[in-house]
Amino acid sequence: MTSLSTPRKGSGLGSVSTGRKVKDRTVQGLVYLAFLLALVPLLSVLWTVVVNGAKRLDPTFFQFSMNAVAGKDPGGGAYHAIIGTLQQVAITSAIAVPIAVLTAIYLVEYAGNGRLGKVISFFVDVMTGIPSIVAGLFVLALWLLTVGFGFSGFAGALALAILMIPTVVRATEEMLKLVPNDLREASYALGVPRWRTICFVILPTAMTGIVTGVMLAVARVMGETAPLLLTIFFTKAINTNPFEGPQASLPTFIWEQASDPNQTSIDRAWTGALVLIGIIMLLNLLARLVARRSAPVRR
Amino acid sequence: MAKRIEVSGLHAYYGGVHAIEDISMTVEPRSVTAFIGPSGCGKSTFLRTLNRMHEVIPGARVEGKVMLDAEDLYGSSIDPVAVRRVVGMVFQRPNPFPTMSIYDNVAAGLKLNGVRRKGQLDEIVEQSLQDANLWNEVKDRLGKPGAGLSGGQQQRLCIARAIAVQPQVLLMDEPCSALDPISTLAIEDLIGKLKSQYTIVIVTHNMQQAARVSDRTAFFNIAGTGQPGKLIEIDDTSKIFTNPEQKATEDYITGRFG
Repeated sequence: MTSLSTPRKGSGLGSVSTGRKVKDRTVQGLVYLAFLLALVPLLSVLWTVVVNGAKRLDPTFFQFSMNAVAGKDPGGGAYHAIIGTLQQVAITSAIAVPIAVLTAIYLVEYAGNGRLGKVISFFVDVMTGIPSIVAGLFVLALWLLTVGFGFSGFAGALALAILMIPTVVRATEEMLKLVPNDLREASYALGVPRWRTICFVILPTAMTGIVTGVMLAVARVMGETAPLLLTIFFTKAINTNPFEGPQASLPTFIWEQASDPNQTSIDRAWTGALVLIGIIMLLNLLARLVARRSAPVRR
Repeated sequence: MAKRIEVSGLHAYYGGVHAIEDISMTVEPRSVTAFIGPSGCGKSTFLRTLNRMHEVIPGARVEGKVMLDAEDLYGSSIDPVAVRRVVGMVFQRPNPFPTMSIYDNVAAGLKLNGVRRKGQLDEIVEQSLQDANLWNEVKDRLGKPGAGLSGGQQQRLCIARAIAVQPQVLLMDEPCSALDPISTLAIEDLIGKLKSQYTIVIVTHNMQQAARVSDRTAFFNIAGTGQPGKLIEIDDTSKIFTNPEQKATEDYITGRFG
């Protein structure tokens, strides 16, 4: 004991050896370098989109559709596409988030080592790997061709929901697993039933992470183009009813405008991309604000 | 309020592992019973069988009888959730709910069981915090997060939370092992105060603590690694610490093993 508690003097506490210093510096440098490398594409994309998209970022763009606007005409806007995207993503989230969160709750809180839990977990993994066009084809085959509905924003939302569910399940599952078991036991020991424990103790504790996971999934599906072309088709006109008729969306708007060989169209496509990024960032900020209000309080 | 616990022929298992074997004992109402014994001897497991928290762990099961006055806690018609309302528990590490304020932490058991009347809640929260010797320290910041308190305060908050649902028995699983001596003293004083109303069972590794707070002491031991834990003897604390019946108890208490 005494040898440990008396402060050591002299040579025992030498300075850090040169070798370790060099290694420390080298690794530090490599980490910074990796960080900068990762930033390059991100900043490059942002920069290009902002520079090219700023040209048409005017009130007209947010007020008008492309109805009766030809490719080479100036003016025209993405009003129809913005409405479409917001409606489609809202419907997608309304379908996917409850299913996904409930699935994750089942997997973490109820399934244990049961067979059903393993099967569900396996299929969630399989769903994560579905290419987006396959989700679109699936809805096309089932909802449009077999059941017989026409193109609609809702059909697109179905395809997007298939893509969104596995991402949200995985994110929510990870967050629920992070909730300390102590809290579950504390709640059970108060004579609180399991479902109330989940609703009022576990979900609030994991809320920030779940919201982040949902936002990442929303951002992902918002940029999907291929499944929408198969299920919503596209239109130049405003269609505010997501349950009937083709609807526009920002990704399909960008795709359509960018494939038009006129500079005016290409400018519109860039602005569409800028608006899409803007909407995703706004939603992210909003979600963070909401999450902060229910976040676990720290010291 | 307080109830007598009578355990007979109790076995507990984790999957295929036999954790405790054939335990029978009586815990008197309005008294403090301490469980002592080396690590892994099944004290905590046994404690958790007394409010059916043992079976929360996947694969865990219990055989035998635990009578709370006239009711068998493991009877087929008994709801484990209802059992836990009557037999409260305080854990080794303070575990206040991180999303809730001090007030909400204490009120949690009531709110989550459907008590909503503000006046009634206010009254019970104040009473519980007073009983837990915490009221004076937190009365001006009831809306602040419970996780912002010190470790000792958090543990008293957890005790307040446990007694707010007005249980008849209070189980404490090493409630002071994560605390400093001053907080420990506060909790021991509290136990002395609470025993006039509750039946208290406390698991402790600190033999001085057992001697200080308890009326009766039970000594648990294991024959070896992988063997189930057993109750060696239970008697008045003064007898256990001065003149135990069993050699093993005397060896443990005098520090000759364990």
